[in-house]
Amino acid sequence: MDDTSKTALHWPDAIYAQFRRVGIRQVGYVPDAGHSRLIELCVKDPDIYDVVLTSEEEGVGLVAGAALGGQRAALLMQSSGVGNCINMFSLLKNCGFPCLILVTMRGEFAEFNPWQVPMGSITEASLKLCGFLTYRVEEPDDVDDVVSGGCDMAFNGNLPVAVLLSQRLIGRKVWNK
Amino acid sequence: MLDRREFVQELLVDRKGLLVVSGLGSPTYDVAACGDHPLNFYLWGAMGGAAMIGLGLALAQPARRVLVLTGDGEALMGLGSLATIGVKQPGNLVVVVLDNQHYGETGMQPSHTRAGVDLVAVAKACKFTDGLHVSEMGAVGRVRDLVHEGGGPILVQARISSDDTPRVLPTRDGHVIKARFMETLNACETIQTSS
Repeated sequence: MDDTSKTALHWPDAIYAQFRRVGIRQVGYVPDAGHSRLIELCVKDPDIYDVVLTSEEEGVGLVAGAALGGQRAALLMQSSGVGNCINMFSLLKNCGFPCLILVTMRGEFAEFNPWQVPMGSITEASLKLCGFLTYRVEEPDDVDDVVSGGCDMAFNGNLPVAVLLSQRLIGRKVWNK
Repeated sequence: MLDRREFVQELLVDRKGLLVVSGLGSPTYDVAACGDHPLNFYLWGAMGGAAMIGLGLALAQPARRVLVLTGDGEALMGLGSLATIGVKQPGNLVVVVLDNQHYGETGMQPSHTRAGVDLVAVAKACKFTDGLHVSEMGAVGRVRDLVHEGGGPILVQARISSDDTPRVLPTRDGHVIKARFMETLNACETIQTSS
């Protein structure tokens, strides 16, 4: 792989490579445009159970059950989904389960829909209040390193970790149809 | 109508390697009343999450049977998870809802099942492979067979009396409940691998 193709590596591929490195076996998600490529990669992987959820809070239970059974899990959600999880996060804290969440941010940059702003603007603070370590990523080239560090924190320390993928990183939503 | 303690006691007789997740409130006390067991994951909160914990566990432990034993109020709060489980079709997962048609912990206010909401019908509409209503002790053997051998996901709605039962409280320390569950499961796997 030459330098050009390396920088062209899509950031979802970098996250997926980290999932493989740390042995993620279950991935829970509510379908999301920002996560669409990562979801595709997980669905195609025969070693990963992809679990499509009706609401993000279901994912917290999934992560706990996976950990009880000896498997590592990750959750993919939009910032709005974090709000759906708040009470269920108590499961992580009460029992000391590891949890890795990749959050695609909405409502913070070039947002078309003002209804995304109230939750998007309190997502990181809410996660911190719930006991999560949070790491923000702004640049595609930083995704690999930050997600790698986040995985290690979550699974070496049985800690709840959220990586926030900024709206600038994901790109403007195109509304021309 | 069933006596909840008698029903759960019979259901968990000779439980073999069964993994049990109990929903908060009375189902947790019912499971504890059968005698403490390290492969019980007692919930004291996370209302609406019991079935999903069961799903994560069932996927991670395909060679084991997983029983989620919960109440009607807890199951109603996690109704969406029945659709999620239906999509995933875990063959080793059975959900038994102890249905007293009331919220027992908060003063016996009527629940949706009291008004006729049918959880078996919901589960079947969510692609569960089987579902049944039981209301007599004569059916407990069949339910136990489903728990140990049925091709899941299966949901059983067990109509129990709403009579008050004495509380039997297991430890509330989630770290302890988790750690001993995982240690025991891990030890079983190590023994199986080395034999």
